[in-house]
Amino acid sequence: MESAPILKLEHLGVTFPNHPVFEDLNLTIRQGEVWSVIGKNGVGKTTLMRTILHQLRPTHGKITYLPNQNEVTIGYVPQFRNIDADYPLTIKDFVGLNLTGWKLPWLSAKERAKVTKILAQTGLKQLAQRPIGQASGGEKQKAYLAQALVEAPNLLILDESTASLDPVTKTELLDLVAELNQRLQLTVLFVTHDIPMAQKYTQHYLMLTPGKVEQGPIEKLTTEKVWEGENV
Amino acid sequence: MFSYEFMRNAFAAGTIIAIICGIMGVFVIARNMSFLTHTLSEIGFSGAAFGVFAGWAPLNGMLLFTVVSSVIVGQLSARSERREAATSAISALFIGLGILFLSLANKNASYATSILFGSVIGISASDVQQMLWLSLLVLVVIFAIYRFLKFDSFDHTGARVKGLWTNVLSITFLVLLALSVSVAAQIVGSLLIFILLTLPAATAKYFAHTVGGMMILAIALALIGVWSGLVMSYISNFPVSFFIAAIEAVFYFIALGWQRLQTAE
Repeated sequence: MESAPILKLEHLGVTFPNHPVFEDLNLTIRQGEVWSVIGKNGVGKTTLMRTILHQLRPTHGKITYLPNQNEVTIGYVPQFRNIDADYPLTIKDFVGLNLTGWKLPWLSAKERAKVTKILAQTGLKQLAQRPIGQASGGEKQKAYLAQALVEAPNLLILDESTASLDPVTKTELLDLVAELNQRLQLTVLFVTHDIPMAQKYTQHYLMLTPGKVEQGPIEKLTTEKVWEGENV
Repeated sequence: MFSYEFMRNAFAAGTIIAIICGIMGVFVIARNMSFLTHTLSEIGFSGAAFGVFAGWAPLNGMLLFTVVSSVIVGQLSARSERREAATSAISALFIGLGILFLSLANKNASYATSILFGSVIGISASDVQQMLWLSLLVLVVIFAIYRFLKFDSFDHTGARVKGLWTNVLSITFLVLLALSVSVAAQIVGSLLIFILLTLPAATAKYFAHTVGGMMILAIALALIGVWSGLVMSYISNFPVSFFIAAIEAVFYFIALGWQRLQTAE
């Protein structure tokens, strides 16, 4: 039985001045599904993610969050991050930054418990007191993931966040995401260039090509003609 | 020393300034705004000179100019690639205006010197009271928006992704910074305000393990600098701003040396 849809994109399009990024995108993402959004540089993958995150207004079409917008929370791990190596910010503090609201400056006992729980789930418990600026690339990515997950989102977007990692660290991080997907029914959207990774970890694929959007089996999508945006 | 009212006022004002600068400095350093802080202090000079020209208290002129210009500076320097050039242009314009207003006000060079470098003897009890209220206002706003400001200052990308109103936060912070600059200028002078708004926090960054710890250490370093500077100035009759600048710079160089040793190990 298919799970309930949490996100519906209907005839979605974004146009920058004199330059359509993508048009007529239709997509339904269901709870617990893992999707890969693939495509060459500059085809609008990050633009699509920013639109889903409400940072960009679509030029055409609409996005529906189901059952309603308040119940769909999104965790996003961006491609780049600028963290000063000398900041006195521990991994634990960094993860807690995402707990916002009109509250007291310090975290409540309940919020501290949330941070502790997500640090344990992401394998960062032993590194909680390490300054984020002094963490390795893989540890930083795990901390970014933990920060995105601390508010228990039901949709997680990873925007090329494993691109700079070595193969062992990348596999470790992706295995962790796969485990969280299984255990928490977390819906995951990978933005990636990494086709083998997409094949290993995802069941659904969306390919953006210049001026076109394709869905289907990865073997069909990655043929040269589709990749270049030609009709096949 | 404390039998003189002006010294009691100077210590009270210095304590308020050190606390405000220690807290605000942490965000100035995290947001890479040292140069912008320097510009705001020059705008403060211009505002004080305008106040003198208009027959107001210099602090009121400073408040007007720094608050209005902080919003303009924030807008003009929103794009990082033009931040330095835009800030330099505004800085040059306001120094020129400051000199013009002083000239129009027919005040002598020693008056300009006291605005630029501060004065211990010029602080009255009512000045201290005004500084206290302004500082409380800054602290209350910081307390209310602390989580948002901390997120945006230490992880701007994360804050944007979260959907925080980072532009509103940025302008709010600049207005708070303008208020802090106006308060701090009373003792160290408009030319050297950035010392207290940058160096204690920049030093604390190397020793603290948490943001709260950085704040407490920055306040302590600012207090040591201000109190020691006042005592040395009283004894030697040399300008207090010289001593504060020298003490804070020494702390900073020690921190850099310590950091170098840590890295080498």
